[in-house]
Order: sequence, then C-alpha cells, then structure tokens
Amino acid sequence: MRSTILGLAAGLFLGGAALAQGQAVKPAIVYDLGGKFDKSFNEGVYTGAEQFKKDAGVEYRDFEIQNDAQREQALRRFARDGYSPIVAVGFSQASAVEKVAKEFPNAKFTIIDMVVDAPNVQSIVFKEHEGSFLVGLLAAKASKTGKVGFVGGMDIPLIRKFACGYVQGVKYANPQGEVLQNMTGTTGAAWTDPVKGGELAKAQIDRGADVIYHAAGGTGIGVLRAAADAGKLGIGVDSNQNMLHPGKVLTSMLKRVDVATVDSFKAAKDGTWKPGVTVLGLKENGVGWALDDNNRSLITPDMKSAADKAAADIVSGAIQVHDYMADQKCP
Amino acid sequence: MEELSAAIAVFDSGVRLSVPLLFACLAGLWSERSGVVDIGLEGKLLAAAFAAAAAAHATGSAWTGLGAGVLASLGFALVHGFAAIAQRGNQIVSGVAVNMLAAGLTALVGNAWYGQGGRTPALEGAARFEPITLPGAEAARGIPALGPLYADVLSGHTVLVYAAVLATLLTAATLKRTRFGLRIRAVGENPAAVDTAGVSVPALRYAAVLIAGVLCGFGGAYLSLAQAAGFLPQMTAGKGFIALAALIFAKWRAWPALGACFLFGLLDAISIRLQGVSMPGIGLVPVQAIQALPYALTVVLLAGFIGRAIPPRASGLPYVKER
Repeated sequence: MRSTILGLAAGLFLGGAALAQGQAVKPAIVYDLGGKFDKSFNEGVYTGAEQFKKDAGVEYRDFEIQNDAQREQALRRFARDGYSPIVAVGFSQASAVEKVAKEFPNAKFTIIDMVVDAPNVQSIVFKEHEGSFLVGLLAAKASKTGKVGFVGGMDIPLIRKFACGYVQGVKYANPQGEVLQNMTGTTGAAWTDPVKGGELAKAQIDRGADVIYHAAGGTGIGVLRAAADAGKLGIGVDSNQNMLHPGKVLTSMLKRVDVATVDSFKAAKDGTWKPGVTVLGLKENGVGWALDDNNRSLITPDMKSAADKAAADIVSGAIQVHDYMADQKCP
Repeated sequence: MEELSAAIAVFDSGVRLSVPLLFACLAGLWSERSGVVDIGLEGKLLAAAFAAAAAAHATGSAWTGLGAGVLASLGFALVHGFAAIAQRGNQIVSGVAVNMLAAGLTALVGNAWYGQGGRTPALEGAARFEPITLPGAEAARGIPALGPLYADVLSGHTVLVYAAVLATLLTAATLKRTRFGLRIRAVGENPAAVDTAGVSVPALRYAAVLIAGVLCGFGGAYLSLAQAAGFLPQMTAGKGFIALAALIFAKWRAWPALGACFLFGLLDAISIRLQGVSMPGIGLVPVQAIQALPYALTVVLLAGFIGRAIPPRASGLPYVKER
C-alpha cells in the first residue's frame, strides 16, 4: 500500500517536473459563439493555430461552443486533461476563465479581447479603435455620398469601441461626413445572423450610405454580401475579408488574433509564456488594414498615403484616437 | 418625399422578411385544416434550407437547390405523417422530434461535408435566386406615390416571393372551391363523417401533410438561396414557431395568413430600420426597446384584436375507425 502511494507521489512529482520545464506543450482553444469558420474573428485564431501546428509540429485541440453554458465546461475539461496553454477566444469567456483559472492554478490560460486578473492568465487586448480609425478614413475618402455605415454585432462596449474609432476616422478625413450606425442585437445570436446583417446594410444603403464597415462576426458576411449585391463597398473586420467579394470590399480592418495565438503557443513551448496584460495596437502591428490584389484597384495612391500618414501619426502620438472603453463615451 | 421613400424601403424589407413565414404558415394551414397539428414547421424549414444550399452548391443551379429542398422537407413530412396518421402517435411529440432531428442532422451533415462548422460554402451567381424586375417597373417609377410603390415594393423580388403569393391564392381557392378542399376541411372537423361517406381519412391527411412539406421546402429554399447566400446552423431562428402564431392569428384561413405574416415581417423590418434613427419627440430609442417591439406588439395584437380563434375541431386527434 505504502509503495503504491510512494509510486503515485513519484509519478505526480515527475509529471509536475515535466510540466514545469514546458516541454510537453498541449495547446487548446475554446472558440466563441460565432464559430471557428466565421471568416472573421474566430477564424483568425484558427488560422494562427493551424500556422503553429505546421511550424512547430504540435497538435492542438479545439472546441466550438453551442451555448454560453458550455464555456466553463469546455475550459474545465481541457484544463483537467492537462491542456496548456488554453486560449479562450472572446470577451464573453472572461468569467468562465476567471473561475476555471482559479481551480487549475498550474494550467496557463490566454484570453483574447478581455482582461482577466489572475496569476496564470495572459490577457491580450487590441487597440481596435486605431485600426477602425484608419478604415474610417479610407471609407470617408472612398464614399461619394459623404455617408458611410457601420453594422455592429452584439451591442457591447467592445463593439462601440470599433464604431467610435471608425467615426473619428471618418470625421478626420471629412468633417461633414455622416456615419449611420446599427447594432444587430443584444444577445450572442447577434454574431450569427447574416440575414439580419444584410437587412441592416440594405437599410443603411437606402439611407444613402455607400461604404459599410461591419464588426459583427458571422453576421458581417450578410453585410458584405448586401453591400456587394447593391454595388456598394463593404469593409471587413478581424481577418482579411477582401477575397469574399473581390472588388466590392474596400479593405479589412485587421486584428492580428492569429499572431497573438501563435505567439502565445510559441511562448508556452519555449517556456517564456508570461501572465499579464498585453495590448496590441498599430505600433505593435496588432491592428492594421488589408491591402491585397482584391482591393488594390479601390485604394487610390492618395488614400494609401493618407492612411499611411495617419498610421504614422497615431504611432507617434500626433493623432490621439479616443478609446470608447476608457470612459464609455464617444466624442 | 423623404418619409415616403423611407416607408417604401420598410415595406420592401417587410415583404422580404415575411416570405419564409408565409410559406411555413400556409404549410401549417394545410396540415392543421386536415387535422394534423404540425409544430415541426421549423424543422422542415431548416432541413429544406440545408438541402437547398447543399444541392445548389453542388450543381450551381438554384432550381436544383429548390427541388432538393422540397424533397428534404417532404421526407420529414412523411416521417411526421407516418407517426401521426398511420401510427396514430402524439402529433406534438412527433413534431418536436422533427424539429430536433432537423436541427441536429443539418449541423452534423454540414460539418461532415464541408468542415465549416455546419455552414455550407457561400453561393454565387446562378446558385442563388436573383431579384427579377416586373415589366414596366422602371417606366412606372415616375408616377407619384404609386410608381415607387410598384417599382420598389412589388417589383424587384426573387421569383419565390411571387410564388408565395401564388401559393396563398391556390390554397385559398383549393380549400374553398374544390371538392378536394372541402374534403380536407371536413376531415379536420369531423373525420368520422368523411369516413362514413366512403372517403379515406388517411389518404386525405397524407395529402395535406405532403402539401405542407412542399410549402416548407419552398420556404426553406427561400431562406438559404434568396434571403441569405448559403446555409447556417439554426438559420430559421424560430420562424416556424412565429408562423404558427401567425396561423392562429389568421384563424386558419389563407388570405388572413398572408396579412398576418406580412404584419410580422413588417414589424421585423420596422425594428431593423428604426434602430439608430432619431424619432421626432422621443429622440434616440435604445436598441433593446426597438428589438422588443415586434414581440410586444404580437402579444397586444393576439390578446386584444383577433377575438376567439377556434382551431379545426379534429386537429391533433388521431382518427381511429370505430369497430
């Protein structure tokens, strides 16, 4: 009996030592409600993880939740099975991560889009307002009517932050410019409703908007489709969405969640993973706008130079883009 | 003029949003008029939407997609019919089973085929139904008031929208004016009398349930091939149940069903358009209040305005021949 206990203890000790060295990295991902293939935010994480799998040859596990209750279950299961780091995608996982991180102090958690204050949680947030500012500037310059649109997903401060940066960018390029804003809904379903997204975009087009930016996950697919169908321009978000409707998507506001995911996995593999808050903005190449063969003809040299100049000014601090999350207000 | 064009845009959007409701509502009407309660409308819409999107993606033809959608919906209708008519099972339970089966099966098969979380790939070009312009729409635009109404609200929809109106017309005419329609109505009120007259009750009920399947197939295909461009898990979002509410609202009659569905579609459109618009005298209305509007109005309308809605007398009761 005693020997079994000793053996068990030794096994535990050895297991602990192996974990501490960080050799056996077993990464896992829990996606948010939009799903792995939303062509946007979650898919960015997926792209990053696939990249890591190819480069490092390390398999990872992932889970697509179907409802809110599954977040905690999924995180706990991964933690119990020894997965680490576990990437939780999306702001709405915050409370689940907080709880599960406390239960499994040896597992490493990375949450994207939200700050969770715990000794084993790494929080990665982005300065979406800076990237949105740049696409707002481009939208105002591309618009012929002086009216541009914004369709958000769920009505939360994070999405208002996108909207606020966008409005500031539009006003910077065209002080008389008008921005029509809509939110799709107030529940998680607002991320997966392309029909409603399309109707919202049509409503904005009827009111005169000719460039529409979305920050709505899977719902945004409908927004881009409606804009393309009507011969107007859409602006993608999070991942590069220019190829969804070549020549009909002005640009995409890139949020490099793929880079963040790869970095987190890599750091865990190399043993340099650190908890705490990481803020990725223009300066860190965490946000930006997409220019590729699909939209090169839409971006005039004048627009490109204006966006590049604004980007440089934001990095240097000459332009201050207001962050909605700082005071819940938009100037 | 500004208000007029805004109102026209809302009506236009209301028409688009009410079409899947109308197909499902008519399907429910056929089924329930024959005495078979159908709460599996949602599931049939979903199955049809998925089959339509998958077939349209595979063949690149929206019409093939429509056919596949109708077939899938018919399959589920037969399951429901077999359970409810031949086996005399509980119709509610069978309907719930259809809903759950469709919700799970579409997501599962979709994920297995396309590996995109249950989604089908986006459809392009001929794989979707494109809006068609009615003759003379551009010429009529110049006529004040009526011109834009014709050009924007009536014209410029996909062929399935007009098919929905046609289906309403056919449903109303068949039920009211033909022998078959009379028998369907009779079998929903008093199947024993129909049986005594020497007409087969199961055959009539099967016919009605299959017609419901075809109509749901059209509704589902409209969702994935016209309104959206591809299938998404749970894309019906409760439309089958709203259609049931509309059916009660319309007291199981075809033209009122058209009105009820259009009202629901219109409320939905209004809630979308009102968002972010400053209202005179009220100011900016919060998103949440706007989104609750269709549901609140539904409750008010159902509670206050329709009076007593009496379902077909034999609906929900399996017919057992007395021996």
